[in-house]
Amino acid sequence: MIHSIPGRRFILSLFLIFLLLPIYWLVNMSFKTNYEIISTMTLWPHQPTLDNYMRIFTDESWYSGYINSLKYVVLNTVISIAVALPAAYAFSRYRFLGDKHLFFWLLSNRMAPAAVYALPFFNLYSAIGLFDTPWAVALAHCIFNVPLAVWILEGFVSSVPREIDETAFLDGYSFPRFFVKIFMPLIASGIGVAAFFCFMFSWVELLLARTLTSVAAKPISATMTRTVSAAGMDWGLLAAAGVLTIIPGALVIWFVRNYIARGFALGRV
Amino acid sequence: MEKTINQKAWFLVLPVFLLVAFSAVLPLMTVVNYSMQDTFGNNQFFWNGVGWFKELLDPSTDLGSRFFASLWRNLFFSAAILAIEVPLGIVIALSMPRQGWQVAACLVILALPLLIPWNVVGTIWQIFGRPDIGLLGYALNSLGINYNYVSNDFDAWATVIVMDVWHWTSLVALLCYAGLKSIPEAYYQAAQIDGASRWAVFAAIQLPKMNRVLLIAVLLRFMDSFMIYTEPFVVTGGGPGNSTTFISIELVKIALGQFDLGKAAAMSLVYNLIILIVCWVFYTVMTNAGVERPMKEKKP
Repeated sequence: MIHSIPGRRFILSLFLIFLLLPIYWLVNMSFKTNYEIISTMTLWPHQPTLDNYMRIFTDESWYSGYINSLKYVVLNTVISIAVALPAAYAFSRYRFLGDKHLFFWLLSNRMAPAAVYALPFFNLYSAIGLFDTPWAVALAHCIFNVPLAVWILEGFVSSVPREIDETAFLDGYSFPRFFVKIFMPLIASGIGVAAFFCFMFSWVELLLARTLTSVAAKPISATMTRTVSAAGMDWGLLAAAGVLTIIPGALVIWFVRNYIARGFALGRV
Repeated sequence: MEKTINQKAWFLVLPVFLLVAFSAVLPLMTVVNYSMQDTFGNNQFFWNGVGWFKELLDPSTDLGSRFFASLWRNLFFSAAILAIEVPLGIVIALSMPRQGWQVAACLVILALPLLIPWNVVGTIWQIFGRPDIGLLGYALNSLGINYNYVSNDFDAWATVIVMDVWHWTSLVALLCYAGLKSIPEAYYQAAQIDGASRWAVFAAIQLPKMNRVLLIAVLLRFMDSFMIYTEPFVVTGGGPGNSTTFISIELVKIALGQFDLGKAAAMSLVYNLIILIVCWVFYTVMTNAGVERPMKEKKP
C-alpha cells in the first residue's frame, strides 16, 4: 500500500487503546464501592454497584449541577447561533468597511485566555445583577463561541452558490423571508455542526462557569471540584459524576463524526 | 467568486459586533483601568501609572520573577506538546483505515477525548495516575519505578504532558486525516507508475497537501496549550511547589486568590498582547497560504 505506513494497524490499535484505557478506568471506578477502590486493585468491579449513580440522581445538590450546566449551555448555543448566522452570511457574501479586521478580531477573541477575563467578568456581571444566573455564564461563553460559530458557518455559507440568492430576490423574496425560508434549510447541516460545537465548548469550560456562579446556578463541573474535596475523597462518586458528563458528547458524536475536524479547525478544513 | 461591496452588510454583523464588544472590549477596558491603579481595599484606588508594568517586566522583583518563571514554563510546555503531538498526529492520520466501518469507528474513538469536559479530563488522569488506586500509577510502581505526580516534579510534568497528548493528539490526527482525504487518487497512481518510494510519496504528495491543516493544528494547539488552566489545575494544582504553575494558573492565583487587581491586570494585558501577536502572525500566514493554493493546484 502506497497510501499508508508499515505497521499501521499496530500503531493505530496501540493509540486507540491508549485513548480508551483512562476512560475505561473512570467507568470501572464508577461502578465500584469506595471500599473496593481503596482496599484492592481490581481490573473490573468485582461487586458492581449502582450506588454512586443513585446518589447523584437522588441528591439535589448533585443533579441540579447538571441542570444548571444544561441551562447556560443551551442559552449560549441559541444566542451564539442566532447572532452568528446573519454575520456569517455577510462575511461570506459581501465586502464592507473593515471586514477583514473584524474577522481577525473575532478570531483573536476565540484565542483569548479565559483567565484574563475571569475577574473583569465577575465585576461586570455583579454590577448588572446577573451574577449567579445562567445568563451570566451564557453571555460570558459567547466570547469564544460566537467567533467559533461565525467562522464555522462562514465556511458552510460559502459553499452555497450565490445564484440561489439572486434567483430568490428576483422572485420577489424579501431578505428576511429568503433567509429563513430558503437559506437556512440549505445550510441546516452547517447550523447543526455549529450548534454542536457551541454546545461542546460551553459544556467543557470550567473557569468562567465557576467564577460567575456561587450557589443558585452552580454548574456540575464546579460541584465536582467542591463537594468532593469537602467530603473527603469519594472516588466512586467523583468517577460516576465524570462519566455522566461524558455522555452528552458521546451520544451525538456519531452524527457529527464527519464534521469533527471542520468544527475544531474553525471551519477552515 | 468576487464579493460585492455592500456597506449595509454591517447591519448583519452588528449583533455579533455588539455582543462580542460587550463581552470582550468592556471587560478589557476594566483591566486597563485596574492596571494603572493600586488599591488598599475599600474601593479606594490610587494612580500608579506604568508602575505595575515596570515591576512585571523586571525579573528581579517578586511579580516579575513569578511572571517570567510561569511564562518560560508555559512556553516549554507548549513546545513539548507540539513536538510530540504533531508528529504523532501525522502518524496516526497515515495509519487510518481507508474505508469501511472501521473509519467511522476510529473517528468516533479519536474524537472521544476532545468532547470530555476539561475538568473531567483532569479528574480522569488524577485517578488514573494515582499510585494507590490508578491503573497507571499502580502499574508503574509495581514495575519498580517510583512514580508519584503529587510529590515529584518530573512525574508531575510527565503526567501533565501525557495528559495533554491523550487529550489533544486526536485533534491533530483528525485535521491531518481531513487533509489526506482531499488528495485525489490519481496522485497516488501517478506516484506508483513512477515507482516512487513510500517516503517520496509522503514528502512530495502528502506533506505538502497537509500544510494548511497542519498550520491550523499548530495554531490551535499552541493557543490552547498557552492558555491551559483547568486540566493541570485539577491534577497537580500547579504543584508540587510551583513546578507546573502555568501563566493562567499564576494569573488566577494573583487575581482571584490574592485579589491583587493591579498586578493581575498588568499581567493580563501583557499575556493578551503575546496571544494577539502570535494570532496575527498565524492569521497572516494562513490567509497567504490560502491565496497561494490555487496556483499550486494547477499541476495534478
